[in-house]
Amino acid sequence: MLADAPRNTIKIDPSSWILLGILAASAVLVPLGNLLAPADSLFHVPTYMVSLLGKYVCFALLAMSVDLIWGFCGILSLGHGAFFALGGYAMGMHLMRQIGDRGVYGNPVLPDFMVFLNWDKLPWYWLGFDSFVFAAAMVILVPGSLALAFGWFAFRSRVTGVYFAIITQAMTFALMLAFFRNDMGFGGNNGLTDFKDLLGFDLHADSTRSGLFIASTFALGAGYMLCRFVVKSKLGQVLVAIRDEESRVRFLGYRVARYKLFVFTLSAMLAGVAGALYVPQVGIINPSEFAPPGSIEIVIWVAVGGRGTLYGAALGAILVNYAKTYFTGALPDAWLYVLGASFIFVTLFFPKGIVGTVRDWVFLKLPFKKSETTVP
Amino acid sequence: MNSAPPNKSNSASPSRQEKKSDTHGSILYIDGVSVTFDGFKALSELSLVVEKGEMRAVIGPNGAGKTTMMDVVSGRTRPDQGRAIFKGKIDLTKLDEAAIAESGIGRKFQKPTVFEQQTVYENLDLALKTDRRVFPTLFRRGLPKHQKRIEEVLEVIALPDQRSVQAGSLSHGQKQWLEIGMLLAQDPELLMVDEPVAGMTDLETEQTVEILRRISSKRSVLVVEHDMEFVRALNTKVTVLHEGSVLAEGSLDFVQKNERVIEVYLGR
Repeated sequence: MLADAPRNTIKIDPSSWILLGILAASAVLVPLGNLLAPADSLFHVPTYMVSLLGKYVCFALLAMSVDLIWGFCGILSLGHGAFFALGGYAMGMHLMRQIGDRGVYGNPVLPDFMVFLNWDKLPWYWLGFDSFVFAAAMVILVPGSLALAFGWFAFRSRVTGVYFAIITQAMTFALMLAFFRNDMGFGGNNGLTDFKDLLGFDLHADSTRSGLFIASTFALGAGYMLCRFVVKSKLGQVLVAIRDEESRVRFLGYRVARYKLFVFTLSAMLAGVAGALYVPQVGIINPSEFAPPGSIEIVIWVAVGGRGTLYGAALGAILVNYAKTYFTGALPDAWLYVLGASFIFVTLFFPKGIVGTVRDWVFLKLPFKKSETTVP
Repeated sequence: MNSAPPNKSNSASPSRQEKKSDTHGSILYIDGVSVTFDGFKALSELSLVVEKGEMRAVIGPNGAGKTTMMDVVSGRTRPDQGRAIFKGKIDLTKLDEAAIAESGIGRKFQKPTVFEQQTVYENLDLALKTDRRVFPTLFRRGLPKHQKRIEEVLEVIALPDQRSVQAGSLSHGQKQWLEIGMLLAQDPELLMVDEPVAGMTDLETEQTVEILRRISSKRSVLVVEHDMEFVRALNTKVTVLHEGSVLAEGSLDFVQKNERVIEVYLGR
C-alpha cells in the first residue's frame, strides 16, 4: 500500500554504494601508492598517473553535470565546456595572483602577460582573485550567472531541442573568440599558466598532486550526492516529466522555464567546480577549453556511459578519456575516427549506453524485479 | 473591438451591455472570441457560458473550433479579440498556461498524454494540488494526506492495482482514465476534457461516463466529443459549434431536431 509514497528520503541504492566506494578507495589508495610505495613496487602509482586520474575525475564531474540536464530534463547543451572553462579561468586567475613576484618579469602584482602588454595596473575584474575564498566563490558564481542569464532568455522564449543545442554552441564559440583576444585581459591565446602554488602548497610536489586528486574525488562524490538528491526529489519527477511531455507539465501548473533554469544553473555550477579542480592539475587554462568540439565530446561521454543514470556519465567520461589517452599515444591519427565510430556504435546498438545496457541484462535475469529505467 | 456580433442566434451571444452581470455565477464566460490562423478563422466571435457545477458537452464537425476553444481557455492560443473570464473575475487571455492551471482549470488532451516513464502513482503525485514553485518542490515530501488523496483518485479512475505500473505500459483506455485522474488530483474547478472516449471499447466508454458523472457532481466539466452515443449517455446540455461559433444549444434531442444542425452534420 505505502510502497511508492515516501519521496525525498535519501536511500542509497547499491550502485551508489559502489560508486562512492570506488571513489573513497581511490582517494586513499592512489595517493598511498604514489607517496609511500617504492618506485619499483607493483603498487607504485607514478605522479603523472595521479594527475591523469585526477583529470579523468574532473571530466567525470563535468559529464555528470551534463547528464543532470540532458538525461533528466532533456536539455541538450553543446556548450557546457564554456562553464567548465569559466570555472577553470576563475581558478587560474587565483593561481596567477599567487605567483606574486616569482614571474619572469618579477612584478609583484601584475601577471607576466600584462607586463608584456605594457599594462600598468590590474583590470578591475582581476581584483579580489588574490583571495582563495573569493576565487572559489567566483568558480561557482560566474558559470552560474552566465547560465542563469543565458537560460532565462532561452527558456523563457521556449527555445528547446536542437535549437537550444545550437545556441549553446554559439555561446561557447563566442566566448572562445573573446578569450582569444589579448585585450580581454585573460592571457589571450596562451591563457593562464606557469602556476606555482595553491594555498601555500607547491603545485609540482607529489603530495599536492595527491591532495588535488583527493579533492577531485571528493567533489565528484559530493556532486553525485547532490545530483541524486535533486533527481530523486519531487522536483526530479517534474524534470523527467518535462523531458517526456513538456507542454503537459505546463498545463499541470508548473512553470517549466523556472525548473529548467534551476537545473541548468546548478549544472553550470557543477561544471565550473570541475573546471576549477582541473586547472591546477593540468597546469594551464587557455581558450581552447571553450572550443565547440570539446563540448560535443562531453555529450559523447554521457551517451557512451548511459544517459539518465549519473554514474553512467562518470563511467563514460573515464572510459572515453582513457581510450583517448591510449589512442592519442599509440595511434594519434586514429583517435577522432575511434571517437566518432564509438558514438555511432553506441547510438545504434546500445542506445541506453553501457550502464543502461548492463542494467537491462541484469533485470532480464531477474524478471520479477520491475525495471526502474528512466531512459527512453 | 469592432462591432457587436451578428445577431445569428440566441442566448449564447449576450449583448455587450449585459456582460458584467452575466459573468457572475458563471464559471466560464467566453465573450466574442476570435482566433485566426493564417487567414483561416478558427473561432469567430464565439460566446459561450458555462455555469458553476454544470457539465456541458460541446459537439460539432471537424474544424468547428472545439479544440481551438480549449486552447484559448487553457492559454495555449491567444485570441485576436474577445475575452474569456473564469469565475467572473480572471481574464484568461492575459495569463500563461501554468497560471491558468494554477487558477483552477484542468485540461485533458485528445491524445492521452501521461508521463510514460513514470508510474501511475508518480503521475498522480505530479498532478496533485501542491505548491508549484521550484524550491518547495525540491524539498517536498510525500505526506500522508497526499497519499490518501492519490489513493482516492486511484479508486475513482479504477486503477488502484496499477499504481506501481509504468504509465507507458497501460492500455489506451487506462491512459485516458489516468489523465482524467491527474485532472482530479489537480483539483480544478473547471475540467476540460477533449474526446475522452476516442478509441475506447464500449465497456470502457460506459466506465468513462460513470467517472465523468462522479466528477461533475462537484465541479464544472466541459466535454468535447464526436461520439453521439456517449453524449447521450452523459445526459447533459449540449452546445453545437460550427465554423467557429455557436450554432445551437440545448438538450441533445433539441439540437438534433434543429434544421441547421442537421444540415451541417449531413452536409459534410
